[in-house]
Order: sequence, then C-alpha cells, then structure tokens
Amino acid sequence: MAETKPILGANHGAAGGGRSSFADTYVMDFEKPVAELERKIAEMRSLATGSGMKSLSVEIDRMEKKAAHMRQEVYRNLSPWQKVQIARHPRRPYTLDYVTRICDSWLELHGDRGFADDHAMVAGMASIGGIDVMLIGHQKGRGTKDNLFRNFAMANPEGYRKALRFMRLAAKFRRPVITLIDTPGAYPGLGAEERGQAEAIARNLYEMARLPVPIVGIVIGEGGSGGALAISVTDEIHILEYAIYSVISPEGCASILYRDAGQAPQAAESLRLTAPDLLKFNIVDGIIAEPSGGAHNDPDVAAANVKAQILTSLDRLIPLPEDRLLAARHKKYEKIGFWLDH
Amino acid sequence: MALEWFKRDRTGLVSQPKKATPDNLWVKCDSCGEIVFSRELEKRLHVCPKCGFHFPVPGDKYVSILTDEGTWEEFDRELHSTDPLGFKDQMKYSDRIAASMKKTGLHEALTTGTCAIGGHPCVMGIMEFAFMGGSVGSVVGEKFARAVDRCLAERRALIVVSRSGGMRMQEGMVSLMQMAKTSVKLVELADAGLPYISLLTNPTTGGTTASFSMLGDVNLAEPGALIGFAGPRVIKQTIGQDLPPGFQRSEFLMEKGFLDRIVPRSEIKSTLETLLTFFMKKEPKAS
Repeated sequence: MAETKPILGANHGAAGGGRSSFADTYVMDFEKPVAELERKIAEMRSLATGSGMKSLSVEIDRMEKKAAHMRQEVYRNLSPWQKVQIARHPRRPYTLDYVTRICDSWLELHGDRGFADDHAMVAGMASIGGIDVMLIGHQKGRGTKDNLFRNFAMANPEGYRKALRFMRLAAKFRRPVITLIDTPGAYPGLGAEERGQAEAIARNLYEMARLPVPIVGIVIGEGGSGGALAISVTDEIHILEYAIYSVISPEGCASILYRDAGQAPQAAESLRLTAPDLLKFNIVDGIIAEPSGGAHNDPDVAAANVKAQILTSLDRLIPLPEDRLLAARHKKYEKIGFWLDH
Repeated sequence: MALEWFKRDRTGLVSQPKKATPDNLWVKCDSCGEIVFSRELEKRLHVCPKCGFHFPVPGDKYVSILTDEGTWEEFDRELHSTDPLGFKDQMKYSDRIAASMKKTGLHEALTTGTCAIGGHPCVMGIMEFAFMGGSVGSVVGEKFARAVDRCLAERRALIVVSRSGGMRMQEGMVSLMQMAKTSVKLVELADAGLPYISLLTNPTTGGTTASFSMLGDVNLAEPGALIGFAGPRVIKQTIGQDLPPGFQRSEFLMEKGFLDRIVPRSEIKSTLETLLTFFMKKEPKAS
C-alpha cells in the first residue's frame, strides 16, 4: 500500500488523545463522586506546583489512589442502563479515533457509486500491524455541527451500499474486512425508505454471508439493531466491555412494551444488551477489556486492546481456506436461537 | 388446539363457510366502507369487490389459494418458543406466547410445509400477523432454516408469504440474529440454484423486510400492502411532518424499484406458476 498519512475526519480537532481532553467535559451521574475527587486533585496539584509545597504530593498520591479505587468500584457495579450511557458517552472514542490509533496507514475512500457519500459510514484501506485490511465503520460526530454532518452515525441506504462496495473491493483483492460498529440504528427517514433502507440492509446480510475473505467485527459503542447488523455478519465479532448491542433501543422498547419511555432503565435490563449477556447467548465471540473508567478515560489503552484482538482474530482466520471459512461462518449463524422440538 | 384447516385434505379450494351468525353475514370494507356479503367476499378471496382492498386472511387461505389441491403437508409444526431471556414487560413472554397460540391455533408466527404449485415441488412458509405481530424470533428463524434445508434435500423452490412487524424484542439480540441466520440460509439456497420467491403482504416492516422478505429472486406484493423498514409513526416523528399519501405502500415500492410485481390475490398462483416454470423447468441438454 502506498505510504499514507492518517487522514482525519472532521471531528478530529476536538477528539485528540490524552485523558483530559477526552474525559473532562462530560460527566455522567454515577461518575460524579470520582470526577469531584479528581477535580480536587487537580486543584491541589496546581497549588503544589505554584507554591512549591512538596508535602502536598503525599496527599495527592493518596487521593489519586482513592480516586482510582472509587472508579474501579463504580465500573465494577454498573447497571445495564449505566452501560448504555457509557456506550453513548459523547467523549467515547469513535471509529476514526480508533483508526488513528490502530492503523499504520489509512486512506479513506468515499461513495456508494450510486447516490451519495454517506458520512455516517466511513471506509478505507488500512494497514494494521502490517496486515492490509479494508476497514469500515459507523462514524458518530463530536458536537452538534459534526453530528449533523455524520447524521449521528445513522446511515441511509447509500451508507450500507457504500460499506458493501468496499467489502466487495476487499474480496476482489483478497483483503480481510474489519468493521467497527457504533450506531443508534439505521436512519428512519423519508428518503431512506424511498431508496430502500430495508433492501440495503438485507443485501448486506446476504452478501456478507458469502464474502470470501475473513470479516472481523468490533462493537465499539452502540450496536443499534438492523443498522448495526448490516455490517456485523462476521467470522468473529467482539464487543468492548461497556459497549451494547440491542435489537431495539431501551427507550423504544420501553415505549412499545411498557408504554412509557421512562421505563428505559428497566427495558435495558430485560433486553440483555450488555457484553457479558451477549457472550452468554453466543451473540458475540468475545469481550475486549476497557481501561478503568471506560474507553473515554483512556482511548489509547482501549485502542491497543482493540488492535490486539483484531490481530489475534486475523491470525486465526487468514490461514483458513475459503470453503472452511464460509462453512464456519454459516454454521455460526445457523446455530443461533433457542427452541423446543416437541 | 389443532388447526383443522391444515389437517383437512382433499376438500378442495373452497374453505368451510363461516358460521352464519348475524355478526359476520356482512362485512364492512376497511378501505372504502362498502358493505359486502361475507360469502361473496370469500368467493373473491377476501378482496373487496368494489375497491379491490385485500382483507387480511389466515394462513390456511394462502394454502388453498396458492397450492395445488391436496398437496400441502405441514412440517415442523411442533417447534415452539422457549423464553431464553426470561423476558418480562407488562406480561411474561411465555404468557404472551401461550395467548398467541390460543388465539391463532398455531405454535408460531411461521407455518412451513411442502406443496406443489403448478406441479412444481415447493416449500412454502406463511407468516401469521396475529401471532405476536408476526414477529421473528428463534423459532421462526429455525423453521425458515429448516424450510431451506428441505428445499436443498428435495430440490424444491422456496415461497415465503411475509407479514410481520419485525424482530421479536422479547428475544432480544437472539431475534435480531435471525435476520443473519435466514440470510445465510438463502445464500445456501442460491448456491444450489434453487429459486426463492418472496410475497410481501400487509404489513411487512422492520427486520423482516430488512432480511428475507426483500431477498427474493423475485419480490411480489399484494396491492396496497404496507412495506417498509421503519414504521410510518417513527418516520413521521423523525421528519416532523405528515407522510405523503401512498408512502410505503406496494405501489410506492414498485415505483422505487424494490418490487418485481404487484399481484392481486386472484393472480398470485398463476404468476407463481409462470415464475416456477421459468426457474425450474428442466431444459433438454444441448448435445
């Protein structure tokens, strides 16, 4: 592959690495006690450097340990609804944030060749750990303007067709496909229906079922129903520890089944959308650990873990002959379900 | 409770007239408001003689309308749902299933069987909207998969009559995965060179449309059927204005290029026969 520099999406100005710029601006309720303590630590630290009082550093150390411990405790006992909030955290790393961290090179490519370039779906040629891959993912935006540009990662039919075009391109040149999944769902709009949202999703499921190259999927944030599944028919799919994957949003489920969107926390429990539940029901093949306090607290660590999993999966899948690869993919999906014969 | 119509054999196309209670002697058309004599309606395959509105009909009707007389044989009838998630909303999932079973006399939202259509060997699957909104869960997915396996084993064509509100959220992600499972099976059917004809009826939405319903070698639809991905209410909410008339109806979808034909109920069988002859007739081998 030609030497390429990372081409950054429009959101990258705001999304730069490092703990502080990523995590500071948005705090969820259950994170508040920790955030408060961390704010105090920061205050003390500026005081300590300002006045040169070394004695403070012992106290700072102690408080930092306490904060780390508190964060661990909070994250150990998260409810499904809290995980939903983390999965949707506006500071959570998105597809292009992973791209900059896991790819040695990246050349973004655009368009579905039929209607438009859907900015909710990004695709490009990448090299990960020396392996050339086609990387495809939903792309959320950071901030209002960027989110409008990305349509909140809710793809239109042309987004799924764009994804499919690059999968076919990957197949033509025998390159594995990596998909990063992070969408509230397929866009429910007028134009989307006109241009065949259902057909576009169905086509992807069908074509992914027969794509003759390895496909590895990672749910990095929100796996929203059919819009997520449309790039998720894979040989292996892994999910980040606090990411979710659900047949319907908890709010949608609550308003239909409980007739009250306010029951979303309850619906989040019932839907079994957390990583451990999904593993239990064989919906995902594995869970990727997140750094303490979630991926948004240390995107570099999250990305390193994602990269390691991609390389492990590719290591297993690339040597498989095409017929065995496809047979195993088919078998994996044929097995999913629970029924009684009598 | 057994479904008498599936057990009844060799009684011909005409189903038993409904009990002539004063309640159902006359039927009001949902579309034009015309009052129709119910026996007349039955003779016309439950299509309004005035405006052509297609009344919803139970699955056995499609058996009698579409298949060669006496050829229908249901399989996998006993397959039924478990409650993998232990799902409970206002009602337990297992209770919802029990209620649907009682209401429809079926075990699930998809009935599958072997049959002949114009002499061509087929497997037909018929969805039932009255069974939990025709929603697709594990059992529908598995029955679909086995229907494909039957096609593969006996070289049969696959016909599926869809009407469904989408995936069954009481089975969570297990249900969403049935979209992938059915699509995977359709690849196997295609690899074997066997045809799949999808007939979309009112209403077909959500993940059902976004998987096997849209994947026919040929997609047919009854007139005026609601077909889409997102439900009209959701879209209305998204765009904040009323939807254009006829939006997401069969005619709209054909105009946009997603259906091959719109076929009135009385012509579906002959259309299927034409298609199956084209797809299945053995051509003499060139020497």
